[in-house]
Amino acid sequence: MSDDMTATMIRSNQRFALRGLVPWLVFAAVLLILPFIFTDGFSFTLMNAIGINIVFALSYNMLLGQGGMLSFGHAVFFGLGSYAAMHAMIAIDDASYAGEGFWAHVPVVAMPLIGMIGGGLVALVLGWPFCRRAGTAFAMITLGLGEMIAAAGQMFPSVFGGEAGIYGNRMVGPQWFGLELAQAADVYWFIAFWTFAGVLAMWAFTRTPLGRMSNAVRDNADRLQFIGYQPRNIRFLVFIASGSFGGLAGGMAAVNYEIITPESLGLIPSGLALLMAAVGGLGVFYGPIVGAVLVTLMNSLLSDYSDASILYVGLIFLSIVMFAPRGLAGGLEHIRAAYREGSLARRLPGWFGGAVAVLLIALGLIIVIEMLFAGHGGGDTVNVFGIQFQAGGATGWLAGVAALVVGVLVMRATRKNREANA
Amino acid sequence: MLEIILFSLLNGILYGLLLFMLSSGLTLIFSMMGVLNFAHASFYMLGAYFAYTLGMHTGFWPALILAPILVGVVGSLVERFGLRRVHANGHVAELLFTFGLAYVIDELVQLTWGTVAVPYREPDYLREPLFTLFGTDYSIFRGVVILISILMFIALWYLLKKTRVGMMIRAALTHGAMVGHLGHNVPRLFMLVFGFGCALAGLAGVIGGPLLATEPGMAATLGPIVFVVVVVGGMGSLPGAFYASLLIGLLQTFFVAIDASVADILGIFGLQIDPYGEVARITLANLAPMTPFILLVLMLIFRPRGLMGELEP
Repeated sequence: MSDDMTATMIRSNQRFALRGLVPWLVFAAVLLILPFIFTDGFSFTLMNAIGINIVFALSYNMLLGQGGMLSFGHAVFFGLGSYAAMHAMIAIDDASYAGEGFWAHVPVVAMPLIGMIGGGLVALVLGWPFCRRAGTAFAMITLGLGEMIAAAGQMFPSVFGGEAGIYGNRMVGPQWFGLELAQAADVYWFIAFWTFAGVLAMWAFTRTPLGRMSNAVRDNADRLQFIGYQPRNIRFLVFIASGSFGGLAGGMAAVNYEIITPESLGLIPSGLALLMAAVGGLGVFYGPIVGAVLVTLMNSLLSDYSDASILYVGLIFLSIVMFAPRGLAGGLEHIRAAYREGSLARRLPGWFGGAVAVLLIALGLIIVIEMLFAGHGGGDTVNVFGIQFQAGGATGWLAGVAALVVGVLVMRATRKNREANA
Repeated sequence: MLEIILFSLLNGILYGLLLFMLSSGLTLIFSMMGVLNFAHASFYMLGAYFAYTLGMHTGFWPALILAPILVGVVGSLVERFGLRRVHANGHVAELLFTFGLAYVIDELVQLTWGTVAVPYREPDYLREPLFTLFGTDYSIFRGVVILISILMFIALWYLLKKTRVGMMIRAALTHGAMVGHLGHNVPRLFMLVFGFGCALAGLAGVIGGPLLATEPGMAATLGPIVFVVVVVGGMGSLPGAFYASLLIGLLQTFFVAIDASVADILGIFGLQIDPYGEVARITLANLAPMTPFILLVLMLIFRPRGLMGELEP
């Protein structure tokens, strides 16, 4: 290694020591403060689900965002890790009832580690033949794997519990840190700890040589082969790491929900991981975190307000793939880069116009969609953000179309503003 | 026994032809544009639902023609205003786009037609038996489906091999840039092929709807299997897709029909195991939904280029 390269690394290490710590402190502070702001049971349930999904989406992004491997079967590791943790939890229950044996000394708090080992082992056993190629072949084979394991889940009821799944009890075994794990509020601390640990570990992974090599495999596998690396080996190792963290999320889910069904192995949860990672942004480390928070919130909160909640999530995903391929976090990074460059003030008006246009178009679409499917809700009025429209009446249609047209016009009018300053 | 074999053969071929109708469109789109259309089965579902709604106004036969055309138009619009924009961002972005599209279409179908199956049926006179073998009827509709499929294949073959458009499509498959240099509008050709592929999927939906069931889960059940067909047959190979469709159709139908458990099969080879154990109790019929995926994984491990593919995917 040459001298100036070493110097750069030392400099970057120093920078890491000082400025790199700030986001982690903020993250930890947010995790610590949240339970004192949102104190009702529903909020805790929601926050626990978000924590699990953050780890799940980040572990998925190790494959797609960092390794360039599009997987449609990531839920296999989540689900099998969850099953491993659940069986361990049942073993703890039995052992502590008997009062002896190895499992009697294992706390439930450590279950995510069991899930991690489970997910990693599954990836280790299954992964090798899959990692020969990235791209479409990898996508198809993971799709096939996911469907196969999900189908197998129905066939072995003693392991997977058939349609009903298996369930356990988290209030067994030795207690650590006085965590009783009885209420959702107790479980929050458990989830918060493992979310923080998982995120930190996955960030650390991106800094290891292997993490760097996985980026290289994504960008140019041929060139890597010329330098003397085996892309397949690197993919395989990344696959195992990603499977382990998927299993970690599964272990968290096992403790949180106390039930796991074969459905959690299939294409729908795998698609959810992809959805969260892509909405947040594949190219930025914290992207999947943003995506997990947003998608989980939308999935659970929107359904109270609209029948078409899943449709909105799908439409957001589609428009991000079409118009903002770097995701929400990519947009944030864009603004940050402009701020550092000092061009933020100059570019802000154009972006502001674009944001207004997007909001107007979204409003128009929401009104139109709600009008379209008004008949299924049962009521004869359509409520969009507190404004009442007569179902099937002309005002609703007019308002929706008007918002759409004005939105498109604003988009057109401010386009020059954005392009001139690009 | 002979009865089971004969009817499994007929049903397997029928199912295989239906799979080929889906996978031929997917293969065409893939080999031309390099896009594995994740939403292909969603277009199949749209075909069934369109035919159901149209059929209430026009009757079964006009809907058989109109619904695939409508699906083809929807497909062309999707290509023109969606996929073409995403194309610049590479294949993964295209795959993500079609994945999101499948999500949105599935949801739209549920919102429009409800979450339970709709009563989409073939006309009564098509439910009469075409012939009766060993006391089991084989309905006219199944015969009609086989006839329609075969007619469609002949039309597809004629279109690709004997017409000018087909020549352009075949040229654009391998030398897309050159076809463009010669003054043909390749993006428009892409749009037409995508629309045509979707229309084929729609046709499969029109005849598959009454055969299987017209419900919002129909895309999710058949979609992964169609991918398996395309990969097993060899990406981009129409003959490969044909053989793989028949193979998987027959395999699944026979597995469902043969109700032998693992213990029975081991018994044939002289191995006696406890017939009530969890593994021993699994029957071939239980395994049927898994067979395409087992085939896919084995194929990708041992022969990644598929039955008749020229290149590894």
